[in-house]
Amino acid sequence: MGETKGKQKLITGIAKFRELGLLGFIGVLVVFFQILNPKFLSLDNLNNLITNTAILVILSIGMMLVLITRGIDLSVGSTLALSGMISALFVSQHPNAHPLAALFLGILIGVICGVVLGFFVSRVGILPIIASLGLMNILRGTTFWVSGGEWVSAHQMPASFKGIATGEIFGVNTLVVIAIIIFLVFYYFVGFTVTGRQIYAVGSNPDSADISGINQKNILLLVYSIMGGLSGLAGVLWVSKFASAQGDTASGYELTVIAACILGGVSIAGGSGKIVGVLLGAVLLGIIDNALPLIKVSPFWQMAIEGIIILTGVLFNTFTKRAVERNNLMRRAI
Amino acid sequence: MEPRFEPRTISSYKEFSWKRVFLKWEWLLVGILLIIFFINSMLSPYFLNYFNITDATRSFLDKAFIVFPMVMIMLMREIDISVGSTVALSSVIMATVYSMGLPMELAIIVCLLVGALCGYINGYLIVKFKELSAVIVTLSTMILYRGIAYMMLEDQSIGGFPSWFTYFGWGSIATLPFILIVFILLSFIFTLLLHKTVFGRNIYAIGSNPNAARFSGVNVDKIKRIVYTLAGLMAAVTAIFLTSRMGSTRPNIANMYELDVIAMVALGGISTAGGKGNMYGAIIAVFVIGYLQYGLGLINIPAQILLIIIGLLLIMSVSITNLKSSRKLTIFKKKNKEQVL
Repeated sequence: MGETKGKQKLITGIAKFRELGLLGFIGVLVVFFQILNPKFLSLDNLNNLITNTAILVILSIGMMLVLITRGIDLSVGSTLALSGMISALFVSQHPNAHPLAALFLGILIGVICGVVLGFFVSRVGILPIIASLGLMNILRGTTFWVSGGEWVSAHQMPASFKGIATGEIFGVNTLVVIAIIIFLVFYYFVGFTVTGRQIYAVGSNPDSADISGINQKNILLLVYSIMGGLSGLAGVLWVSKFASAQGDTASGYELTVIAACILGGVSIAGGSGKIVGVLLGAVLLGIIDNALPLIKVSPFWQMAIEGIIILTGVLFNTFTKRAVERNNLMRRAI
Repeated sequence: MEPRFEPRTISSYKEFSWKRVFLKWEWLLVGILLIIFFINSMLSPYFLNYFNITDATRSFLDKAFIVFPMVMIMLMREIDISVGSTVALSSVIMATVYSMGLPMELAIIVCLLVGALCGYINGYLIVKFKELSAVIVTLSTMILYRGIAYMMLEDQSIGGFPSWFTYFGWGSIATLPFILIVFILLSFIFTLLLHKTVFGRNIYAIGSNPNAARFSGVNVDKIKRIVYTLAGLMAAVTAIFLTSRMGSTRPNIANMYELDVIAMVALGGISTAGGKGNMYGAIIAVFVIGYLQYGLGLINIPAQILLIIIGLLLIMSVSITNLKSSRKLTIFKKKNKEQVL
């Protein structure tokens, strides 16, 4: 009896402090990588790691909202590419424009893409996966089309534009600052505003949300627009960071974003997910991305390793959830 | 006293009418196909001859094999986005075992087995972990399968297959391309399977109401596993034809095939809400998209515009079927908006 109680405690502990477990896993990985390559924890590499992860964090936060409403958005990578490409074309033609103008242009394009997707999902009622799959192609094609298949490379971009991602605010890279601001804003939005809570309500039970007077359609539209806006922002940051805009920028990146959310404990069945978990999930993937080349793992192995980690994370999630439910039932029986 | 309303019986509902026969989605697709043929022959004087029309099928039929099981999967309200990766993995493994000295005949069998195994794993995980949706399972295996293909071949490619293997992709029997013959054969088998067997009717039952199907004694889990295994098997068939046509294989082949396949199925009128649609529509849709692609290629429209067109076609056809079914639902005064995800 004592043993089962201990087990129960452990399981509820895991479920309650899932983020702590993830943090522990990250700690173990860090130690492991550090032993294999002492350069891993150098200041230089850490800086590199954080700036590389910033964009993933921004996108994962948006994707979390979408997943919470039982949706999915596969058009993230294409939206990112399109807004990045258009803002890059804009600055290459107007070199004197303020970098903020490019930033807003990118966000605007992202929001438009998001609204279109949100319209199809919420008003026409197409399954999110199919609508976003279609939109993914349309946007990717449009990116090639507006650029004429050409790249916009570093020398065509003014220094002020490239400065968006390489500049520093208070000694911290701008990308990281933006990611932190977005994290804080959404931490507040998701946890402490009515609209934020309504997103969870729609996700955990659409019917009761409807009955409680929540306008489900508008929430869905909002969520996809936010996702689009964040992708647009990430597009500008991406292009500014890598100083090149290509037709196939961030192709397939949506999978990494979804993976970060799932590792962070967001349930694809909707209604649950914590923003702190998503942050940790993104950091975990960032660490793996950063460390595998350092310990001389072939880049071609990276995809399979990522796949295994995602699958394990997903299955681990299911097992804890099942155990928790069984526990709850047992407690009710007593 | 006369009753004010005619009682509607099942037989009166099923009464034959020419209007119902001709106002079907499939006829609309046939119309679109004819329009595409017409436009193609206007654009290029070389299009409209027997040789050209049959030969063009080589370029688009390889991915069409996956359409058959995908119809069944989408009828059951599920989805499989790992098929493109399954094609890549089974093709890479086939080439690897061949280059290691296995005869080609055995390598082909290995390819089919690998495909079926990939599909079975999908089906097993989906059935075993019901909390997970098919989206997330096939999304992870999509990354995993292609990742394994990359692990095996890295940035290499393998070619040099025996000449008879090339026959699959390029040969023809009595002027009909071999791939077209296999496609016709398989479309007969799958049409019969879906429309004339208990197995097929069970798929419709699961699609219209999974719980009701389970309570009526349909082994839902088994059927799902079988259908996903079939999807993997057909992906392997695609891999054989694709590899044979290209003469070599790389880990990045069949990228985004799942999108084309889902677009074909959706255009074929299979409702994503499950239980509605049939095999004929999907088969016609294969040729609609195929000849559209071919025609655009004839007038040198870049592949990127094609992406836009396929995306638009996908969203439009799903919107139309959605609006159609939602109107029907309001007639029955039922508000039943279920999301699969």
